[in-house]
Amino acid sequence: MDIIVCIKRVPQTAEAKVEIESSGKDIVKDRLTFDMNESDMYALEEAVLLKEKFGGTIIAISLSCSDAEDTLRIALAKGADTAIRIKAEDFDELDGYKTAQLLSAVIKDIHFDVIFTGCIATDDAYSQIGATLAELLGIPHATLLTNIEVIDSISHVHRELEGGLQEHIEISIPALFTIQTGINVPRYASLIAIRRAAGKEIKLVGQNEISKDQLLLNTQIEELFIPPVAKQVKIITGSPGEVSKELAGIIREKGLI
Amino acid sequence: MSEIFMLIEHRQDAIRDISYEMMTCGRALAEKLNTKLTAVFLGYDADKLVESIRDQAHRIMVVNNEVFKEFNAESYQIALAEIIKKENPLLTLIGHTAFGMDLCPALGTQLGIPFTTDCLDVEIIDGKLIATRQMYDGKLNAKIRFRKNPSYLVSLRTGCFPVRDSNIESEIVNIESPISAEPDYRKFVEYIEAAISDVDITKADVVVGVGRGIKKKENLALIEDFASTIGGVVACSRPIVDAEWLPKDRQVGSSGKTVKPKLYIALGISGAFQHVVGMKNSGTIIAINKDQNAPIFNEADYGIVDDLFRVLPTFKNSIIEMKSK
Repeated sequence: MDIIVCIKRVPQTAEAKVEIESSGKDIVKDRLTFDMNESDMYALEEAVLLKEKFGGTIIAISLSCSDAEDTLRIALAKGADTAIRIKAEDFDELDGYKTAQLLSAVIKDIHFDVIFTGCIATDDAYSQIGATLAELLGIPHATLLTNIEVIDSISHVHRELEGGLQEHIEISIPALFTIQTGINVPRYASLIAIRRAAGKEIKLVGQNEISKDQLLLNTQIEELFIPPVAKQVKIITGSPGEVSKELAGIIREKGLI
Repeated sequence: MSEIFMLIEHRQDAIRDISYEMMTCGRALAEKLNTKLTAVFLGYDADKLVESIRDQAHRIMVVNNEVFKEFNAESYQIALAEIIKKENPLLTLIGHTAFGMDLCPALGTQLGIPFTTDCLDVEIIDGKLIATRQMYDGKLNAKIRFRKNPSYLVSLRTGCFPVRDSNIESEIVNIESPISAEPDYRKFVEYIEAAISDVDITKADVVVGVGRGIKKKENLALIEDFASTIGGVVACSRPIVDAEWLPKDRQVGSSGKTVKPKLYIALGISGAFQHVVGMKNSGTIIAINKDQNAPIFNEADYGIVDDLFRVLPTFKNSIIEMKSK
């Protein structure tokens, strides 16, 4: 089973202050930490589990700048055999569509049975790379996987729908799947594996290999702004004891318990 | 000609709310542009469902075939591609749902038309399409413009438009299905219903929701203790289920349950859209989070910016004291 895993390095913004940079179209990144996108970690783990079962190889691929090579090395340490970085610095502005075109330009020349991506990137949150890439490659896809079993050339997958419902569908491979978090328990890389991965070569692909002429952007960011507030929250300040008393008072006054 | 199209989403014999929300959005756009809204319905023997949306769009295009009995992104894509190519609508709306996520990007790519996903709003200003999206864990919104094209495709987030009554007299147009069987590379097998749970969080008057901020599984005991003091049940956001600290039936949000308790207390929950959509209609929302920029504070009635483990012990004591009075 030859597997390709698409990986993105993203700023960790869940618990950080996010500021808009002077262009109005990007965020200030120098005070943020970066890591592998959360659902990509599950996608990588799912690839490793399939490889353990069926043998074969895993290629980790990322469209990114050189600082993402650390993230690719983590993928190598966790079980990927080779890593490819498409040089984002060669291709100017990106959107989901252009990203998928670049991934497709590289992947179309590689043998694979299955492609895994995360189901959403936490930074731009499009959830569109997987299905777009599959269409460009002319292979079937399914998004939001919570389970996958491959028997012969048929993959039996569960997709997460709304409200706790799932659907079971069958898809022939080669195919692309986007992986939902929680499908497995991603492993930690061992220190030995991390050390070994540090010495491995990361293959670079750039504008010498991919022609920029045919690349299209679907969308561009016009401006970023702070979301309007749905509801005016009353922030209660004070010591834990003080705020607790006030909260209990509100709960009593409103008859909430 | 320059019409607005939208795809009706239905499942298990019911029209899904997102369909009505998209029609609210679509009607407003059509009115502004002095054009019509067409709802596209792919289904099988579903006259009742079609009847139930009769007043919601100017035209309902019905493709009736057994192949559309259940959603299959590949079958839908084949049919919709034909319709869009023929009708060339200015804009087609699809729900940013589990179904829409499978369909929209592949459809847009096949047609070669500019598309984007998970939009909160769409406007057409001077003939140009502008979409609003959310990024960076809900901390920022973005205005997005599109490559110029006669036709666009957008997927809309659930819950961004109200469900509204309408009194349009829809013209019903039946269309021959371009396919009569699922493609051999993708087959629907069955639905898997959620397991029946012993605690029903949707029935509780008080729900104590926990998120990543509780840090480790061992801390759940403290939360359970607090919840029982206040007479509530413990629920959670997705990361807690992913880490297997609580079962799936405790998850609040789009892929879990929707709760509307009298009181929802969010502890260490950042407030990702996927969670908020499942609890924002609670009577009163109290959020405790140490990140003052957490989006949960945009939904809460009362907020405490502090470490939840500093506040919880005194909060519990104040509740005990209050109850004893």
